[in-house]
Amino acid sequence: MADPVLSIQHLVKRFGGLTATDDLSLEVLPGELHALIGPNGAGKTTAIGQIMGEITPDAGRILFMGEEITRLSAPARVRRGLSRTFQITQLLEDETAEDNVALAVQARSGHGFRFWGDASRDARLREPARAALDQVGLPKARWAIPVADLSHGERKQLELAVALATGPRMLLLDEPMAGLGASESLRMTEVLRGLKGRIPMLLVEHDMDAVFSLADRISVLVYGHCIASGTPERIRHDPQVRAAYLSEEEAV
Amino acid sequence: MRNLLRDERSWVVLVLALAAFIPVLAPMLDSPATVGLATRIAIYAIAASSLNLLLGQGGLVSFGHAAYFGLGGYVVGILYAHYISEEPFLGFIPGSNDLLVTMPLAILVGGIGAAIIGALSLRTAGVQFIMITLAFAQMLFFLFVSLKTYGGDDGLAIRRVAPMLGMNLRDPATLYWLCLGLLAFWLFLMDRIARSRFGRILAGVRQGERRMAAIGVRTYPYKLVAFVIAGMGAAMAGALMVNYARFVSPDMMHWTKSGELMVMVILGGLGTLLGPVLGAAALVGLEYTLAGLTEHWQFILGPILVVIVLFARGGLMGAVRRIAGRRLPHEAQPLPPGELPLGELPSGELPREPARHG
Amino acid sequence: MALLLEQLLNGIQLGVTLFLLAAGLTLVFGIMGVINLAHGSLYMIGAYAAAVTATATGSAILSLLAGLAAAAAIGMLLEYVVLRRLYARDHLDQVLATFGLILFFNQGMVLLFGRQPLFVNVPEALQGFVRVLPGIDYPIYRLVIILVGLLVALGLYLLIQRTRIGMLVRAGATHREMVRALGVDVRLLYTLVFGLGALLAGLAGLMAGPILSVQPGMGEQILITTFVVVVIGGIGSVRGALFGAVLVGLVDTILRAYVPGLLRQVMEGSEADALGAGLASMGVYLLMALVLLVKPRGLFPAHA
Repeated sequence: MADPVLSIQHLVKRFGGLTATDDLSLEVLPGELHALIGPNGAGKTTAIGQIMGEITPDAGRILFMGEEITRLSAPARVRRGLSRTFQITQLLEDETAEDNVALAVQARSGHGFRFWGDASRDARLREPARAALDQVGLPKARWAIPVADLSHGERKQLELAVALATGPRMLLLDEPMAGLGASESLRMTEVLRGLKGRIPMLLVEHDMDAVFSLADRISVLVYGHCIASGTPERIRHDPQVRAAYLSEEEAV
Repeated sequence: MRNLLRDERSWVVLVLALAAFIPVLAPMLDSPATVGLATRIAIYAIAASSLNLLLGQGGLVSFGHAAYFGLGGYVVGILYAHYISEEPFLGFIPGSNDLLVTMPLAILVGGIGAAIIGALSLRTAGVQFIMITLAFAQMLFFLFVSLKTYGGDDGLAIRRVAPMLGMNLRDPATLYWLCLGLLAFWLFLMDRIARSRFGRILAGVRQGERRMAAIGVRTYPYKLVAFVIAGMGAAMAGALMVNYARFVSPDMMHWTKSGELMVMVILGGLGTLLGPVLGAAALVGLEYTLAGLTEHWQFILGPILVVIVLFARGGLMGAVRRIAGRRLPHEAQPLPPGELPLGELPSGELPREPARHG
Repeated sequence: MALLLEQLLNGIQLGVTLFLLAAGLTLVFGIMGVINLAHGSLYMIGAYAAAVTATATGSAILSLLAGLAAAAAIGMLLEYVVLRRLYARDHLDQVLATFGLILFFNQGMVLLFGRQPLFVNVPEALQGFVRVLPGIDYPIYRLVIILVGLLVALGLYLLIQRTRIGMLVRAGATHREMVRALGVDVRLLYTLVFGLGALLAGLAGLMAGPILSVQPGMGEQILITTFVVVVIGGIGSVRGALFGAVLVGLVDTILRAYVPGLLRQVMEGSEADALGAGLASMGVYLLMALVLLVKPRGLFPAHA
């Protein structure tokens, strides 16, 4: 078996009396799309925050490409190839869609201390930015629109484009379909399918159609603890999962 | 032509070109005070524009910018005092009254001061950042108040200003043109920086620190460099102010001076290129006009400020834009080839004012 | 030793005055999220109203009531007319608008009462000294200020910990949205909190009147020190405000008392006094910078 891209070992995070992450262990293999599902409040977003270095775990280790990154800052992890999207989009509201992506391209290039030259005319930034926008399927006519004027669905697409523009060796996707309409969800699913196999992904998502059609493996999180991990087929028939999660979902 | 009008830079060039004629026109209008007033405006415009790099570009609310303005001024004043007494400063730095020497030193000292204060202050954010920048400025203020050697509370007078490159700086028009030239140079620099890769990151810092971390940018060094550049600009303005007023005192770094610089930036239009210039002109002009009407001019100015903050979003540049009826983004992006210009957007998508105050 | 004790008491008295100002400022900031530079103006208004009333009527009680009423009334009016519109704005707008208010109030006082400072006598009943320790006499008036300040601290503690309004205030400082969601008339709560802060600022001002001179701009001198207190204590925390106020009061007073003397041993007298005064003035800012560098959110941060 190939070495895992991402390996989380016995991660623990407590907020006061609440244990948000409870001895969580998880592996993402090369080329794999690994879905992380669980009821609301299961600690999925907290887990992503810890993998990205935005939240410091109380215990446990995180290894990325074999290197321990548990103590690294978020920017340092991004430079090593981790990249995330946000459930609640975090975009630069005054800038155009293309500028948002171009800034991510620039961050990857590392040449931030240049005080001369018009960054908006720099083909080395604009070309990769446009390629990323193209890749996520944002229509060309929307590229020059300020983010604040984009629709929710377009902002979700843009989140993914920005994440791609950092040149990731792995993507962490925090509910990319949240709030999308049925056709938008399908389009996003297709975009992710296109990326699948090329970039390993950890996908947190509530849209079960998308999860079961995309994922190679699924891990189920309940109260911060992983109760089951396996192929979609196995998870679908796992009695523990059905009891803890899927039945509840069907009841809703 | 329309593109030219949409670009803020052409407005800057126009305003500066017209301003260059003031010393020629002032005697015709029989208003001798005008050149002095215009000089003060040009100097404050540099200081306000430097503050705008922090407030408008980086979203860093520094409440102690007058500290660097005063530092620059004191470098000129102290070097002059040692030039007169013929005793070297600290025993080895000879005094000088040559602006070619004193101004670069003032800029250097302003930059070093900003580097130290910024390095410490930028570890905090929000209100704490506002207050710690104010605290450092207050420390410098009280330091200079207590330095009896350099006049303490009363300050230092500068009686003889040496000519610079053959220019007689005691001639009001010459000094004005020098200040205006340096303002033009400074605005050019600010425009280049705003458009550069560095400027893009600074704009990103303003709009979303979390996003910047998620694309792999450690923002601290960028904020610090912006802080240093801004401090150098303010110090340059301070050096000019002391040459103009031939006087330096701790009042230059009083916290109300920091407040006035902030007022200029907001009044003119936060994050715009021309805004701080208009703001400086408006505030200096308003003070001058009101002071001519009543000695209690602050009683009128105060409420005007309140009304401007409450109701005139975007400052004077915002008003100019509304009157012009079109969007003048502070980073006017050239449209990619083959894209729809803003006027031909799909219906229902109106171009909006950039949201800055939300 | 006697001098040190006297200076310590002076420091606590200054600290108590700072606490009265800081309590209002930190509540207004913690609950409404507003930086109010004009808080010092309310201190000044309290001092002026009390001074003018004392001169006109000669009654200490009337003077006290006038100072409190003027500060609270103008405070609530200010909240209703201006501050309320700043809650949703960013800090930059708040700083600028309240900066404008300072100019207005200071110059307003010049218009009404001139630039000359007003001098206020200590109320007759509180004149004289009391022997605090054998051989050490201390002004009764200053002891009364300390007592009043401590009573206010106790009252605020009871108000915040034991009453429904206090519950809302505490919740407002940490969970602003929740209080709104509870269907409380938040606007009224805000006005009341602001009025309370203004009242305390007025109290501080009217009590400081006989010690300092009452003059335009008196609010800003103490306002900036009050901000130091609030930031050191942790924004939004009344406990932090009390702790920070006493700390700042003591540090400032002790430095002013002893630094010039220490400098005089190494340099010439008048220069030592000037430099000593300057260094002592820098002391509290240095203290704040040090606290923030170690604890960027202050000693008792209210927002967890």
